Amino acid sequence: MEAAALPSGKAQNSAAEAIHVENLHKKFGQLHVLKGVSLSARDGEVIAIIGGSGSGKSTLLRCINCLENPTSGIIRVNGEEIKLRADSHGHTVPADRRQIERIRSKLGMVFQNFNLWSHMTLIENVIEVPVHVLGVKRDEAIAQAEKLLARVGLAEKRDVYPAYLSGGQQQRAAIARALAINPRVMLFDEPTSALDPELVGEVLKVIGDLAREGRTMVLVTHEMKFAREVATHVVYLYNGLVEEEGPPEQIFGAPKSERLKQFIRNIG
Amino acid sequence: MAPAERASTPGAKLIDAFLPASAAGIIELLSPAPVGWGGTLMLGLLHSLEIAVGATCVGLLIGICGAYGKLYGGPVVRDLLAVYTTIVRAVPELVLILLLYYAGTDLINQLLTAIGYQRIDISGLVAGIAVLGFVQGAYSTEVMRGAILAIPQGQIEAARAYGMSPGLLLRRITLPAMLPFAIPGLANLWLIATKDTALLAVVGFFELTLATRQAAGVTKAYLIFYLAAGVLYLTVSLFSNLMLGRLEAWSRRGMPSVKDAR
Repeated sequence: MEAAALPSGKAQNSAAEAIHVENLHKKFGQLHVLKGVSLSARDGEVIAIIGGSGSGKSTLLRCINCLENPTSGIIRVNGEEIKLRADSHGHTVPADRRQIERIRSKLGMVFQNFNLWSHMTLIENVIEVPVHVLGVKRDEAIAQAEKLLARVGLAEKRDVYPAYLSGGQQQRAAIARALAINPRVMLFDEPTSALDPELVGEVLKVIGDLAREGRTMVLVTHEMKFAREVATHVVYLYNGLVEEEGPPEQIFGAPKSERLKQFIRNIG
Repeated sequence: MAPAERASTPGAKLIDAFLPASAAGIIELLSPAPVGWGGTLMLGLLHSLEIAVGATCVGLLIGICGAYGKLYGGPVVRDLLAVYTTIVRAVPELVLILLLYYAGTDLINQLLTAIGYQRIDISGLVAGIAVLGFVQGAYSTEVMRGAILAIPQGQIEAARAYGMSPGLLLRRITLPAMLPFAIPGLANLWLIATKDTALLAVVGFFELTLATRQAAGVTKAYLIFYLAAGVLYLTVSLFSNLMLGRLEAWSRRGMPSVKDAR
């Protein structure tokens, strides 16, 4: 009954818990961005995190793989708790670099600004982590990468450098790069926010396909219609706290919180 | 040609004033065979290049560490590096070379005798590389720091997010991504290094400038030998420009031409 410990319980699910976040706090100096957030993602779930700007949703996502070090709280990935310690300045830092690196290599992160490596072609971008971090043989990695690029519709762009591609193409390549590590969980940090409106659709289609095939995902997004379609569970963050969460029909169809109602009105 | 014949026309007289030898004589003076001094000059050039290559390598290594320390290090490391780059860049290189060369070798020998070892003779090559490398390091620290700052930081974050260790991240992402921003500055430093080797002539290291001085002093053909040395330095620079141009084009392979943005 672990789910019952969460602010608002969600439907019981026997699948293993891929990500567990408990009472997470994050302060940037005086700024208290996360004020005790809990989150859980079981295998096959698609968790959509929504909320206004400054609500802490990106920070929450970035704490999961310690791109931001949480000030306090518990993070478990794959049942393994991330060991944290306080450094000489009182900041919380990962206690074990190798553990963090191991955990990160199981989480496929997709960024708002794509962040493809500009000195590598698409195929080189996709094989980089499998070959150099995971120790996959180069020709196996290339065969796998070609399949993934074909899957996101970029097979013929394999030898092109990212700067020569549109934002939508770059983001699809970034998704292929994330898939190449065969991630336990995919983390999406506002994947369509930097895209021209006409390019959003092609990226959402790729993410939607992944959701439908049962990939575990945590998705920070402003695309409410999309969140409603693909998410199995929606978390609404307000001012560093979970204001309301539940299945998408409930969150978008029958929101309880006044703030969530207003948020949906404004954004819809 | 007899001297009387050579002086017969006004033009030849003028040439005579500058060059004590005929065309055949110039070739003889510059020939690599023992009568000529070409071999001496080439040996000097070789030593100059050895120093320049060694000092640049040492400088690059110091530069990478220095830039990392300045960007990511703690307050003590940052302060120490600030003192290093400030002092080295504030003092004339000739002074630094004299200071580090004489004081440095003396200090090492004093330390060695203090802990009960024999004094050693530090070779001019090693000392030259160490001294110039130390100077180069200060400049390349700043070049590399600027280049690392110019990398879109999201690319470094992505590498961290995928579990790259700091060493792998440096090798696979930071160094290649900063190269296009570092090459213009580092190319300057390399060209300066090839000519800074001439400063080592003052401490008696046998490099191209000292070799030229010897050749010119013995033969009194100053113009010929200093021009020859100038041509050799120029050749090194031109060849370096060619290679560095190729390296820069390669390092910018993922970047659209700047002309496209004009």
